Amino acid sequence: MDALLKAKKDLRNFYLLVLFGAMVVLMGLAAAHYMEEHGHIVTGMNNQIVWGMPHVFAIFLIISASGVLNIASIGSVFGKAVYKGRAPLAGMLSIAMLAGGLSVLMLDLGRPERVIVAATHLNLTSMFAWNLPLYTGLFTLVAIYMWTLLERRMNPWIKPAGLAVFTWRIMLTTGTGLIFAFLVARQAYGSAILPPMFLVMSFGWGMAVFFVVQSVMYAWNQITPDPVVMGRMKNLLGIFVLGTLYLVAVYHLTNLYFAKQTAFEHFILIDGGIYSWLFWLGYVVLGSIVPLLLIFLPGFKKNCHVIAASILIILGSFSFLYVFIIGGQAFPLDIFPGYQVLSSSFGDGQIGHYAPSLPEILLGFGGLGIAFLITLVGVRVINSLMPRDASSKD
Amino acid sequence: MSEEIGRRDFLKGSAMLAGLAIAPGMMLYDLAHGENRPASSAVRWGMLIDTSQCEAGCDECVKACNKENGLPGGTGPTDEQWIRKVELKNLKTGKVSSLPMMCQHCAEPPCVDVCPTGASFKRADGIVLVDRHLCIGCRYCMMACPYKARSFVHEPIHDQKAEVPRGKGTVESCTLCVQRIDRGESNTACAEACAKAGHKAILFGNLNDPNSEIAKRIKEVSSMQLRADLGLDTGLHYEGL
Amino acid sequence: MKRLAILALFALFCGTASAEVTVPHLDIGKGGHCVNDPKFMKINHGDLLKKQRTITVHQGVIGRYSLIKCVNCHASRVNNSVLGTNSNFCQGCHVYAAVKIDCFECHSSRPETVSETLTEIGK
Repeated sequence: MDALLKAKKDLRNFYLLVLFGAMVVLMGLAAAHYMEEHGHIVTGMNNQIVWGMPHVFAIFLIISASGVLNIASIGSVFGKAVYKGRAPLAGMLSIAMLAGGLSVLMLDLGRPERVIVAATHLNLTSMFAWNLPLYTGLFTLVAIYMWTLLERRMNPWIKPAGLAVFTWRIMLTTGTGLIFAFLVARQAYGSAILPPMFLVMSFGWGMAVFFVVQSVMYAWNQITPDPVVMGRMKNLLGIFVLGTLYLVAVYHLTNLYFAKQTAFEHFILIDGGIYSWLFWLGYVVLGSIVPLLLIFLPGFKKNCHVIAASILIILGSFSFLYVFIIGGQAFPLDIFPGYQVLSSSFGDGQIGHYAPSLPEILLGFGGLGIAFLITLVGVRVINSLMPRDASSKD
Repeated sequence: MSEEIGRRDFLKGSAMLAGLAIAPGMMLYDLAHGENRPASSAVRWGMLIDTSQCEAGCDECVKACNKENGLPGGTGPTDEQWIRKVELKNLKTGKVSSLPMMCQHCAEPPCVDVCPTGASFKRADGIVLVDRHLCIGCRYCMMACPYKARSFVHEPIHDQKAEVPRGKGTVESCTLCVQRIDRGESNTACAEACAKAGHKAILFGNLNDPNSEIAKRIKEVSSMQLRADLGLDTGLHYEGL
Repeated sequence: MKRLAILALFALFCGTASAEVTVPHLDIGKGGHCVNDPKFMKINHGDLLKKQRTITVHQGVIGRYSLIKCVNCHASRVNNSVLGTNSNFCQGCHVYAAVKIDCFECHSSRPETVSETLTEIGK
């Protein structure tokens, strides 16, 4: 009787969550419609800051979609048993986040109804165009990979499929990094370190997302996770956070070393206002150092500490992307080296202003909503998505 | 010997005369068949901007561009500006110069490289344009342009000029008055207005034709391309910077 | 009895439906001799415009099938446009055929006295 009651309550809660997710998605769609109707004038974006809040959300989702597959790769490619049981959930999350991220990116276009043009007219010198097959490829490969995981007869193919996914997602995140790395004229972007930086970021952010989702699933099903397994996973998360911090430091240090980039670094790191605050407080302190303490200090061993660390890492990643994408554009282009711009009607030589508007933020949350909804339904429908360890107790 | 040269000159002269006689006929032929000539790579349109002739505070070129292309002429951060006036101070010498800034019509345009759909393209005659039928409004070209030359249309627009279609959600920039060029005219609105205002700061012409005024001046005076370090080989040259 | 009522209702619907769908009476503006036979144009104008636009935008060739010229001849003399009411040349037919036109989000729907050369080219 108790079990029956619990199942009923579970189902009710599930539908409530679906309703919540659907509401968020609907709000995002409504915002996109509003933006399409009125044009981008209703967003905070302008001719200097051409990419804004939607891109922060979209790039977070796309990078994490690749990174979360790490869990799967460690299991299937490197044969670590602990991660094998988690591979299906990682695959599901990857598909969900990629779908969310791409939806935001697409709905932010000036002409979203023409997205088919993007698929039929590929300009091969464009990194954006290259990313398109990379995205569709990842969808397909992860779907095949999940098939090999979930269908017993397909099990012998897990390793090759996992290897294909592993290779593909590295290419995909490299491609995401290259979107920025190929922008030669911008102080913030044209750097070869961006693809590896994005790659290591993806490991950390994807794993943080995985931790949060896994913990919610454990709590829902009243499972106590194996502390040994959790300990190993959280150490790995810590290493990724350290790696990201290292690459971000190198990125800024190289910029500081190039004489012509020092003004830009001064802006981002010291007197950029919101950008400097978000960088130091949001990304470095709250998004990296505090999580590292929560992970590595001997006093913190509980599950909730890892979850707190993961949530902070995710918030830190948003701070980082805001500074990277919007701060990077706010700093003016150096069109006339050796000259100071005295006046210009087009904002030359001036710091660009950007204040995100509600519709674009709602659109971003809509993307998160899509990822949430797909994950929620996926987990409910496919039983084997539950991360299991031999020793975890139901 | 001198007689020989004389004969040569005579032959040359008559050939040129014949050319002159045929040319309008060819044009008429084209007209009769309903089409003008397609843009050819024998031509490279460009500009030489003489900053010493450009007067601070004068914005005749900007006004002329707005009028020619039907732009509303706002100067807010979301308004479209195909050409703008910029005032600069040399950090070493303190010399102040004024100049018009617009799409530099690069030979190797980064906007064309990055455009996912091929909407950003370079015509055979060197003009960099946006095919608004293909533009999806992703703004990657604006991220890639070193000159901040492009504007995104942030609002629905009405009453466009018949020859200058423009629309919400697409990216646009200076077209070197392509509608005039295709009509067979040989000057842009900004250059025309500048001359009319009594300055001669903008010289428009065919860089590939060694006999054109612009090609001759570029040979004579010292001029530079903006951000020449990027190696984009811009069609716009600046003199006096 | 019931069946009869349903039949009557059905007939009523059919009646009203067929009454609504009448071929629009189009205001063809100045009209005159078109670049091709009107029957041919009715079927092919979309394709012709699509082909023309690529040639015009990418090669700068002002061709026979320039949209400007369509508008110049077919804008209504009442409201000086090819759009506006369901008897205007473009809108009328497209509403009838239920095909969305997005040409005029960017292109001008009004005739404009353009330079002599342009009217000359492609007569």
